Order: sequence, then structure tokens, then C-alpha cells
Amino acid sequence: MKLVRAWITPLIALVIAFGIGAILMITQGSDPLRAYESLFTTAFSTQEGLAKTFGKATPLAISGLAVVIGLRAGLFNIGAQGQLISGALAAAWAGYAITGLPMIAHVPLCLIIGAIFGSLVGYIAGALKAYRGIHEVITTIMLNSIVLQFAEYLSNGPLKEEGSIIAKTPPIADSAKIGSIAGLPIGFLLSGLLAVGVWWIFKKTTTGFRFETVGKNKNAAWYAGIAVKRNTVFAMVACGALAGFGGAVETLGVVGKFEPAFNQGLGFDGITIALLARANPLAVIPGAILFGGMRGAGPTMQFTAGVSPEIIDLILAIVLFFVTAPIISRIFRLKSDSNAQVTSGWGSN
Amino acid sequence: MATLLQVKNVTKSFGSVIANNDISFEVAEGEIVALLGENGAGKSTLVKSVFGLVRPDQGEIFIDGNQMAPGDTAAVIASGVGMVHQHFKLVPVMSVTENIILGDEPKNGLFVNVKKAEQKVRELSEKFGLEVDPTANIEDLPVGTQQRVEILKALSKDVRLLIFDEPTAVLTPQETDELILVIKNLAHLGVGVIVITHKLREVMALADRVVVLRDGKVVGTTTPKETNEAGLAQMMVGRSVVLEVEKGVANPGKPVLTVKGLEVFDDRNLRAVKGVDLEVRSGEIFGIAGVEGNGQRELVEAICGMRLRAKGEVLVSGAATKDMHPHAVHEAGVSHIPEDREKHGLVSSYSISDNLILNQFDQAPFARGWFRNMGEIRKNADLLVKKFDIRTTSPAALASSLSGGNKQKVVIARELSQDLQVLIAAQPTRGVDVGSIEFIHKQLISARDNGAGVLLVSAELDEIISLSDRIAVMSAGKIVAIIDSKGADRDYIGRLMAGLDK
Repeated sequence: MKLVRAWITPLIALVIAFGIGAILMITQGSDPLRAYESLFTTAFSTQEGLAKTFGKATPLAISGLAVVIGLRAGLFNIGAQGQLISGALAAAWAGYAITGLPMIAHVPLCLIIGAIFGSLVGYIAGALKAYRGIHEVITTIMLNSIVLQFAEYLSNGPLKEEGSIIAKTPPIADSAKIGSIAGLPIGFLLSGLLAVGVWWIFKKTTTGFRFETVGKNKNAAWYAGIAVKRNTVFAMVACGALAGFGGAVETLGVVGKFEPAFNQGLGFDGITIALLARANPLAVIPGAILFGGMRGAGPTMQFTAGVSPEIIDLILAIVLFFVTAPIISRIFRLKSDSNAQVTSGWGSN
Repeated sequence: MATLLQVKNVTKSFGSVIANNDISFEVAEGEIVALLGENGAGKSTLVKSVFGLVRPDQGEIFIDGNQMAPGDTAAVIASGVGMVHQHFKLVPVMSVTENIILGDEPKNGLFVNVKKAEQKVRELSEKFGLEVDPTANIEDLPVGTQQRVEILKALSKDVRLLIFDEPTAVLTPQETDELILVIKNLAHLGVGVIVITHKLREVMALADRVVVLRDGKVVGTTTPKETNEAGLAQMMVGRSVVLEVEKGVANPGKPVLTVKGLEVFDDRNLRAVKGVDLEVRSGEIFGIAGVEGNGQRELVEAICGMRLRAKGEVLVSGAATKDMHPHAVHEAGVSHIPEDREKHGLVSSYSISDNLILNQFDQAPFARGWFRNMGEIRKNADLLVKKFDIRTTSPAALASSLSGGNKQKVVIARELSQDLQVLIAAQPTRGVDVGSIEFIHKQLISARDNGAGVLLVSAELDEIISLSDRIAVMSAGKIVAIIDSKGADRDYIGRLMAGLDK
């Protein structure tokens, strides 16, 4: 019963979003059934499509987890995007600048460097929140911009590939690339492991308990001997490290270099997925697969049903709207469930 | 006098729980009816039915002889029913006037006619004898005055029947006395009043008629003249309650808590504790009596390491304790039942079992290294739920599902199940029903008998007198007297509290 209640709001949100998408297609003279059919058969039944789906799902899952950690610790991390870009660029640099390492050392090194650079961005937001009381929503939004502009500067300046006309870094060495096992991208397997890891930390460890207590009641946490400020910083660093790791995986597994045009919106989809998953790390994976499939197979709807792929953005935005606003539980008179509001308000600081 | 409200055979159940079972009662113009009952007796559900916030399963409600459609709140309000909620519905940053006119503003074109609004508030305030400054901001006002604003707000809508939900829960004794006068005056002016409460003294002082609820049923209707506090308590809980606490002779030992020259500032940066010295010995209950707001809260917080100590020191068994580190003080052997259990005592969205280990979650046996030991946490919860009579369906239930009394038992169970030399109990029975109060009192005494030094702070003078072995009276940030509780004179202490006697 508890399980049903946890799933029902996200499910209704998805149904409504697809319904509104269908109505829009009909007004455009397209056949929504054909569009959705081609979307889902491409995404989930062909081998090529599945590979693409899982590939797209990987960074979404990892950035979704980065947002989940924040939510559980009472922080609304809008900055997964910036943390991810920071990690993606750092991993690209480590991937092309360091040479002569065997794969077994080069790949982990790049991933770790990505995580470190992501965590630096997270640290700034965490420290500003803990020691200066500046709300993380503000700082992470601003850091997204700062990191993006800085990354564009670097990839168009000091780190630019010689002779290139567009802003991008040189390609990473082969020893830094990560591939697939039996059609499944290794990065996706990593994201699954990370999801289980995050779930386990919150379920079983004192660190998870500290984060969650700070998230649910700061005063009681302080009173119980938990260093609230330190744990706020630590949680934000963990968010950044995960998102940066996600960016590194994207660089090593998909893009093969850093180019600002890639990576766009991954961190923001991560927010939607985290909210859709009700801050449950394990539920992030199916959410990411669904989103990855729609992102990957969206363009096919153009050929099969004449529907422009932007409809996918619209559907995902509607999903976000309905999982954040408590409209669904109002309309469907669901019993108020305690997870409905996963973020803390502005006043609660 | 004419009957204002008639409630006939109202029944309401939630699932298998019958909150109201065939309840009937009446309120006449100018009559004060107290609805008395323990937490969970069905008082709130009943007035919600009257107000239209809950649809009763059966029964009828008449106002001025007109039957009200169930759940039609608008019609109920239109017939002149108002409610003063326990938790005020005021906007803290707005002025008294703005709060009162909110939703019904006198206008000058597009703008609010502030002058007219203030005039209206002044008239209301004079008519009902409720003194307030219409221009003051709500957040700057003491709680008692805020409540007065809440009452004025209800009265501004031509109210003929006013419902008070636990109106004295947050008031000081003085404010309570003032409120009683205010309510009596309202009744004198013809307003019918329903007061929901579980405080017996107030019922005796206030009510014309008392309707006693237990387990959703009316178990009796009486008047203060026909009964006394003990009689009311017995009706409420269905058995005779020991209002006089039974306790053996204290056997005080060495000092366990020593406070020397303590000075503390409050949130507004005013000196709230002005040089306090005290000594609590093991095996005694040391009570601090005083009107709330005379520095007791700041004193307790400073002792517990929750507030900066500007001067002075706090020793536990002779060893100095650290400032601003509640956990370090706790580790030194000071257990604390905090005044604000929702803020400091509990994480209400955690399970009961997690709350029972909240300040030990990283210590053996509840954690082994980095890992939490769920088996031990559950075992501890099973044990404490039974031992401290925490009424719940399961230790895995969320703390937010518990009543006030049971929440407090969770805090007390956690604090008393640890090694302690000192127990600091701040308002331990506030917002707690009679049955739980008795249990909590017994726990405090058994902590004393087990050798702890107990520092009790309470706004209820009766509680202080009946539990304490020694009583310190605090007034204006200082301890003005320390007396033996044996033969303590209530009036004398009252005068000390008011700062009258030296």
C-alpha cells in the first residue's frame, strides 16, 4: 500500500503529460498513437535503440542521484548542470593531456578528476550556505552560469584543439575511453552501482543518517550532536562529486572530448528525474531510462509521425510541473503523503 | 436566554476509530461552555463538525434554530460563528490593524483606507475591552497580546458564537488570568463561547457549564459549582487521578550540577539571566518557579550548551562543561527534556525508533563503525515503547503520528534510558494530557530516586510545588529566593514570582 502511494503521483504525472502531448499532436494534425508507438519501439525494442537509450540515461541517472543526495539533506541542488560540466571538462583534459597510461589506470584517474572538479563547484555552494547563509538555489544557479562561461572560455582558449574552428578540446586518448559490455554501456552499469550505493548509504550508514537528520530538522540535528554546517558542506560536496563523475562518464563514454554544445540540459533533467523518483535513489534508474529513451528516440517521431522532437521537452516539462506542484494529490484526493514536499522552502533556510 | 447552537446526536468516525459518538450539547447566548477532555477525546473533531470543517456521519447542527448543511463552512461563518485557533493565524510582519482587516479591507479606491481601518480596530478594542496598539507589528507583541489580536479579528466579523481551541496553551499565568476576564466580558456582552481545554483550573474559573468528553462520548455535563478539579479529572479519565503527586522523602547527596555567576542574553540581545548561582544535588528535584519570560528559558538553554554563556560557568559533578555544544554537555551526563520538543526534541518525520536513539545514533550498540545497527535500534525501541507506555501501533510509525503526550514520552524515554547525573526538564508536561502528565511525573521522581539531580522548570506552579524538594523562584533574570517545598505557601511564591516580596 505504501509502495503504491509512492508511485501513484509520478505515474499520474506521466499519464497527464503524455495526454497533453497527444492533444497537442492532434491539433497539429499528427497521429499521437503512431508517434508514441514509434517513440517506444525505437527506444526500447531495437538493439540499437536500447544502446542509445542506456547511453542517454547514464548521465541523467548520475546527475539525478546528485540531486537526490541534496534533497535528502534538505538542499535543493539546482547546480548539477554546472558540477557536471566542470567534471566533463576536467575529465576531457585528463583524457587527452595525460598519455601513456594503461586503460585500467587512465579511466579511473579521469573519473576521479571529474568527480573532484565537480565537488569543488559543489563545495562553493555548500560553504556559502553553511557559513554565510546564502540559499543554495541562488548560488547553484549562478554557479551554473559561471562554470558554463568558464568552460566555454577554456575550450575556446587554453584547452582548444589546435586548428579547430569551433570551441572544443582535443579528443581523449583511447586509453581513457569507456565502452560497452554486451551492448550495455559500462557507464550505465556504473550508474546502477552508484544508485545502489547511495541508497545503501542512506539506509545503513551514520553518514546517511546525519545528512537526513540535517535535512529534516536542523535544530534537532544540532541538539543531537550533528555538526550541521559541516554536514551541509559535505552533502553539497557529495552532490558535486557525483554530478562531476556523471560528466566524466559522459566525456569518456559518449562525447570523447569536451565541447560546450554537448552536455546541455543533463543536469536539469536530473532535477526532474530526482523529483519524479521522490528522492529515492533506486527509483532514479527507471526514471533515467524513461527519460533517456525519450531523449534518444525523440527525433524518430519526426520521420514516422511528423511530430517535432521538441514535444519531448514539453512532455518532460509537464512532468516536472506535476511532480513539483501538489496539484495531483489535490485533484485525485490522494491522502496527503509525507514525501510530497521534498524541498525546503525559502524561509526555512 | 435564547439558544444559539444546538448539536444533536453527532457521530463521526475515521476508519475504525469513532471520534464522536452520538454527541449532543447546546450553547446559549452569553453562556460559556467548556469542552473538557483528554487529548484524543474528540473535542477538536466536534468543533470542526460545528464549524463545517468536518462532515459528521450522522446528526444535526442548528444555529439560531436553522439547520446547517454539513460541511458548509461559509454558512456557519455567515451565521456568526468565529474561531480562535490554538496556533494563531496571523501574519507576523504585518501590523495589528492589517491583520484584523485582512480580507475585508475598507478601501479608498485602489488603496486601503488605513485611518478608517485603525479607527475600526480602536472601536472594537474599546467595545470589548481588549487593549492593543493598532499600529504595532505582530512579531513584536507578546503571545498573550497576539491572541488578543486573534480574538479581535474574530470579533470584527460580528461574531455571536466564539470557539477557543486550547486558548491558554501558550499563555503565561498572568495572560491566562487576563484571558479569563476577556472571555467573561464577551459572555457578558451576549456572545456565546465554547472553550476547548484540558486544564481543570481554568474550567473551574471560567465555565458556566462543562461538557466532559471521553473516548468520543459525552460522559457528563456539570457546572463548576457542582464539582471540583478532582471530580472533573475523574470524569475525564474515568478513574481517580492522583493530582497530589506521591513521592518518598528525598535523599540528596553531592552536588551534581553547579551554576556559578551565569549571565545570558536573550534573542533580542537583552540580558535575560542576570547572575544566577544554583546547586542541584543528586537525589533531589530542584524546581524553578517563575512567570514565563523571566529568564528561565535562557537559563536552561545556557546550562544545556544551547545558548552562549556571557559570564559564569556550569559544572557537572565538578567538571566544567563546554559552551554552545549541547551534545558535549549531554555526554557529560546531562539529560534534557527540551521545552520545544518539536524543534529540538524530535524529528517528526522519523520513526519512533530513530527518535529514541537520535543523540546516540553513532554510538555502540546502535552503530558499529560506519554502519547503523538496525537490529539493536529496533530492540531498543521495542523495549522503551513498552517501558514508557508509548501508545503507538508500531515503533516504526512516524513520530508525527503520535499525540503530544506520547511524543513527550518518546523524548523522556530517550533521555532517561541513558547514563545521567543531571536531568533538566523544561515544561515537561506542556500540551500533554492528564494521563500522560501523571506518568511523566512518576518518571521524574524515579529519576530522582535513582540518584539523578533533577532541575525542573515549569510555568505550572502546582507542578513545581508538588514535585520539587527545593524551589527557587526566578524573577527578572534573578533567583530571588530558594525555599524548601515542604509547607511552601502558594501565595507567598506567587508574590515572589511577581517580584513583590523581597
